[in-house]
Amino acid sequence: MKIRINGKETLLAENPQRTVDSLLEELDVSQRLYVTVELNGEILDRPAYETTPVNEGDVIEFLYFMGGGR
Amino acid sequence: MLTESQIERYSRHIILKEVGGKGQQKLFDGRVLIIGAGGLGAPIALYLAAAGVGTIGIADADDVDLSNLQRQVIHFTPDIGKPKVESAREKMQAINPDVKVVTYREWISAANINGIIADYDFIIDGTDNFAAKFLINDACVLAGKPYSHGGILQFDGQTITVRPHESACYRCIFPEPPPKDAIPSCSQAGVIGVLPGVIGTIQATEAIKFLLGKGDLLTDRLLTYSALRMKFREVPLKRKTACPVCGDTPTITEVHDELDALTVCDLKES
Ligand SMILES: [Zn+2]
Repeated sequence: MKIRINGKETLLAENPQRTVDSLLEELDVSQRLYVTVELNGEILDRPAYETTPVNEGDVIEFLYFMGGGR
Repeated sequence: MLTESQIERYSRHIILKEVGGKGQQKLFDGRVLIIGAGGLGAPIALYLAAAGVGTIGIADADDVDLSNLQRQVIHFTPDIGKPKVESAREKMQAINPDVKVVTYREWISAANINGIIADYDFIIDGTDNFAAKFLINDACVLAGKPYSHGGILQFDGQTITVRPHESACYRCIFPEPPPKDAIPSCSQAGVIGVLPGVIGTIQATEAIKFLLGKGDLLTDRLLTYSALRMKFREVPLKRKTACPVCGDTPTITEVHDELDALTVCDLKES
């Protein structure tokens, strides 16, 4: 299955059970517990990560906290 | 009215059709507040002063430390130990004696932020902790002040401009701060010295465009920058109707300190 993650075409093994939450684990995304996920242009609420399936062609953005500045 | 020497000083601006004498006057009448006189604040303060932004506020309670000089280019080696806002003011006025620099040698908090931002047209976040970043967002959204958010870490940076209630705010993306010490700070994780130069210069550009009323602001898109890959990306965003501060039924209606997000290590960084 092909999806787009942070602008990059990404090939994933077929898995009909895959959710946004399991994808974060599968890809070992950094800041996994805090990262914001935008799916097809909509920012997901964190509780929805576990129930939102990942589908072919999805466009996903991981938005990370960056707290530095000085 | 611009004097003859000012016309010469700003000639490369005035020659631009988007600026002209009128635009330069707008910059001169403009009031911009920079919160944080460090990595991001340094290029912002230098460029805004050089550009002739008439009144520039700068807020920071810290003193210059040797470990700052690798990136905070407004501070020089002889400034070590000096209040950052004083060190910054000296350089800004040396570049351009026309600008008025207002210094706030204090940390921003829920107790003082409303009073400080009230005097400004545009605010720039150059702070290094989530407590300040969320506080600035809330205060600017609640006061209807446009502002530029900036964040950096290691080799990566991000920035977005917020027009309160019109475009996505920081809490539309991140509803609440991460728990204390969950995300490393620059003092813990490091930062490549040129990085705040890139992000801060973009933030200063936004302030100038805002004052001029020209071009398109960086609203409803988060610009991310990877210095290692040398890549800029834009993530399109929308204002969230469920946003806790700018949404349709906000739960945050006055500024408050995010005590959980205060990172002690940041406070003792320098
Ligand atoms: Zn918002």
